[in-house]
Amino acid sequence: MKPFKFSAVNNPAEAITLINKNTDAAFLGGGTNLLDLMKEHVALPNEIIDIGNLSLKEIKATASGISLGALAKNTETANHPLIRKNFPVLSKAILAGASAQIRNMATNGGNLLQRTRCSYFYDIAMPCNKRNPGSGCAALEGFNRMHAIFGWTRDCVAVYPSDMAIALSALNASVKVLSSERERIIPFRDFHILPGAHPEKDNSLQHGELITAIEVPKNDFAEHSAYVKIRDRNSYAFALVSVAAGLTLNGNTIQTASIAMGGVAHKPWRALNAEAYLKDKAATAANFAKAAEAEMALAQPLAHNKFKIEMGKKALINALETAFKGNI
Amino acid sequence: MDFNKNVGQPVSRLEGKLKVTGQAKYAAEYEADNLLHGYVVSSPITKGKIININIAQAMAIPGVVDVLSHKNRTKLAWFDLQYTDMDAPPGTVFKPLADENILYNGQPIALVVAESYETARYAATQVIFEYEQETFQTDLESNIPNGRSAKKGFATALKPPPPPPTGDFLNSFEQAPVKVAATFQHGTEHHNPIELFATTTIYEGKGKLTIYDKTQGTINNQLYVANIFGLHYKDVRVLAPFVGGGFGSGLRPQYQLFLCVMAALHLKRNVRVVLERKQMFFFSHRPPVKQNLRFASDVEGNVTALGHSVFSETSNFEDYTEAIANWSHKLYPAPNTLFNHKVVPLDVYTPLDMRAPGGSTGMHAIECTMDELAHKLKIDPLELRLINYSEIDPSSNKPYTSKALRNCYLQAADKFGWSNRNPEPRSTKRGNKWVGYGMATGIWDAFQFPARVEAMITKDGRMVLNNATTDIGTGTLTVMTQIAADELGLSLEEVDFNYGDSKKPFSMFQGGSSITSSTGVAIVVAAKALRKKLLKKAAKMPDSPFKNSEDAEVFFSAGNMHLKDQPNVFVSLKNIIASNNGKPIKTTNMGKPHMLKLRKYSLATHSASFVEVEVDQDLGTVMVTRAVTAVAAGKIINPKTAAGQISGSMIWGISKALHEETFMDHNLGKYMNTNLGEYHIPVHADIGQLEVIFVEEKDELINEIGTKGVGEIGLVGMPAAISNAIFNATGKRIYKLPIHFDELMQ
Repeated sequence: MKPFKFSAVNNPAEAITLINKNTDAAFLGGGTNLLDLMKEHVALPNEIIDIGNLSLKEIKATASGISLGALAKNTETANHPLIRKNFPVLSKAILAGASAQIRNMATNGGNLLQRTRCSYFYDIAMPCNKRNPGSGCAALEGFNRMHAIFGWTRDCVAVYPSDMAIALSALNASVKVLSSERERIIPFRDFHILPGAHPEKDNSLQHGELITAIEVPKNDFAEHSAYVKIRDRNSYAFALVSVAAGLTLNGNTIQTASIAMGGVAHKPWRALNAEAYLKDKAATAANFAKAAEAEMALAQPLAHNKFKIEMGKKALINALETAFKGNI
Repeated sequence: MDFNKNVGQPVSRLEGKLKVTGQAKYAAEYEADNLLHGYVVSSPITKGKIININIAQAMAIPGVVDVLSHKNRTKLAWFDLQYTDMDAPPGTVFKPLADENILYNGQPIALVVAESYETARYAATQVIFEYEQETFQTDLESNIPNGRSAKKGFATALKPPPPPPTGDFLNSFEQAPVKVAATFQHGTEHHNPIELFATTTIYEGKGKLTIYDKTQGTINNQLYVANIFGLHYKDVRVLAPFVGGGFGSGLRPQYQLFLCVMAALHLKRNVRVVLERKQMFFFSHRPPVKQNLRFASDVEGNVTALGHSVFSETSNFEDYTEAIANWSHKLYPAPNTLFNHKVVPLDVYTPLDMRAPGGSTGMHAIECTMDELAHKLKIDPLELRLINYSEIDPSSNKPYTSKALRNCYLQAADKFGWSNRNPEPRSTKRGNKWVGYGMATGIWDAFQFPARVEAMITKDGRMVLNNATTDIGTGTLTVMTQIAADELGLSLEEVDFNYGDSKKPFSMFQGGSSITSSTGVAIVVAAKALRKKLLKKAAKMPDSPFKNSEDAEVFFSAGNMHLKDQPNVFVSLKNIIASNNGKPIKTTNMGKPHMLKLRKYSLATHSASFVEVEVDQDLGTVMVTRAVTAVAAGKIINPKTAAGQISGSMIWGISKALHEETFMDHNLGKYMNTNLGEYHIPVHADIGQLEVIFVEEKDELINEIGTKGVGEIGLVGMPAAISNAIFNATGKRIYKLPIHFDELMQ
């Protein structure tokens, strides 16, 4: 790998001061993605700032919900009693991702910053606008079974890989970010972005900003939530399609549905059309099917991923039915 | 007599503790003074020429020693024959760094050598190549019209072309009352043993090299290195004491061996080259194959016509083939047959045998077609196999040396509960899952190669054996020790089997499920000669009671030689050696197949696999909930390691049916999922209950120990059994492997 400078910091201010001095520096959390990218020469930081010593590891109840420390490990988060009880969809999503070994290392903040698993992005011999802006997109006409069906452009058809973030999207989480000037809260829907004119950017985080926590507000669908992940094998595979769903019910009537999809877009895809359809409707199989139709009607598949439309419908229906039945 | 005290026992791997405690050393783990590290640069283009290489930037990085390419490499052997290895298909062997031509994507084009691996790896990104690109063809389907017969060569003997036509296939198929025609497609697979391919070359000086290599054939690679680099055979020693899986990928020398040795000779230094996982996708693989099958029967289910035509990928420089269309007529006695196999040359590297090559591909298509025939006939699939059961090999009209397939069918069916099968597809539910049962037959070769073994008894009464074979994780060390111990009436602890070293007496590469029969027989032959020598020596001892004894009149037990008719008269092996002035008594002998006798027979292992699947009614996801495979493979030396081979290959069968495929982007001529994250093989959560049955099969014809090999047969029946179970569950036949469940969504 490319030689780099390594330093460890002890508090957020120190981390931010250091990274502001070097636009080619990167923070190191669990390293489960950054180190892979460095080995493949996709990420080429000349300085690594290890933030592993920062005390951003706490998972704690707050007045409005729960706060997940940016450096708390995925395993600890998924198994935390409060998460299991009040945010089971988050626990399930985390446990559906990666492997136990990776989850033991991976941090919550780092999970949000995972880069796409698009094979063309990972291969430095290939054109890729995300890795090398302006070089083109080899996946558009290439092997794109895993790629996007929503929100893609001819410049980038990559999908965002995290499972955890799909649940956080449905949970209306927000991301707490610190820089030298200020602390800001980024609502989850604005954190990850579609490729647009800048496919090289995955999210709205600026250089010099440090994620300190993920805030998850209280919800009233813990007992009626589900995470469905469809993949090519039963563990250690990225989602072809995944769905996080929560239903706020009044008897058999859906007051609100919160639904996000993974494996279909450059960001967690909030299924707004399905949500809108289900609002104040009866929780019936027919309505679930219509909601799924409403959402997937807008999909634009690529050459090798037409199946994701049907799979998306089935996954939405399955998640809604599972959520309605109740899971606790 | 104490014979067969160890053979047949479920002995745990003798080297198991070394492996699980990390003490077993692999090719990349041998240390040497001032070791240099080579990193291979792989071609990013698929076809064309290198027109310029600029190494200045790379050479400027501290720690970089050299960048070797076709421009500055050592002068090398020129003739193809000097590059040929024992498993080379007919054609022109690929010569790494030979010239500026790029023949396939990922071809090694340079080796960066540096003081550390990390430096070499980084420097490799700083070597600047300029290319002239040419158009290429990598897609099997669109190049089917270019299919042609394969050239013949050494490999043809082990992998013969399909047998010639019999009867009148076209007419009989046309007029048959019941017939099935289907086209099957199989994707590319890569072997992916967990140990990375690696070579550590110790430069001994004076033209001598000691090479630790990941290989399935130490002598194969010794000859390859000596021939190419013009060294004396005796000066090249290839060692592979532990091998972390091979599956066929180590049957031919891989390019890291060539590059590592070249760098060591060029720089006169010790060098190590380790490939990255993705670079192991830039060599041999199981080829993609298209198969057209046409089977017909009379209304009673007697198969009357078998047609099987095959198109398989090969490279543009070698004609790799495997036996794919040869199997149906070894099982089913149809009077009319038509088989053919064409290779389709493409701009890829040459494919190579991968566990049950050809058999697992061909038998998937054959046994799915038989299932479809059974469905049309409304005959139980197992019953259809029994109706068409043949005691002899119909394709050659020769008897089998042994064939216990009928018992495989019956015992596995019984254990599985096949009689509970509902023949109506899409009619059995368990919760929200469709449940289906499927079965299929397996058949595979029973190879034996010549092998030499040196055997001796040492002054401490131990038996020492030497043979060049590897142990690729199959349990070779353990079974050889078991065989040898019984021959001299010793315990396992009193036997040392030394292997994995080209300096030891000859062994072929470890492939084709052959080594237990090959080296095992050689051990038996050598032990017989050794017993004779021991008796001869004992007879010369003062007042020896063995003076007039014949070989058949003595037996060996617990470290002693006894008279059979007076068992309390004995002499210890230690005393015999003492009377030889403490010098070991030794012998070296060749074990070889009895070609003349065996020409009159057909040789094969058989199996039957029965599988239950559950298919999610909405999502189409498939789970193999349980599987039973019964195997008839002659004598089982070690039921524990043998069962490991079978259950491991059953899992591979699940992988082949449902998970495993290397995806090629034909716009780029490049494989795109070249890592274990995206090249899917099953995880624990994908595997249900597996059961292995060894059916008794006494074979006194095949060789001295009655073995047939178990390394591959367990894979052969599984993919078809799974496909057939999915049909029974869902009513859908998917002809392309692997089966992606998105094809099963309603």
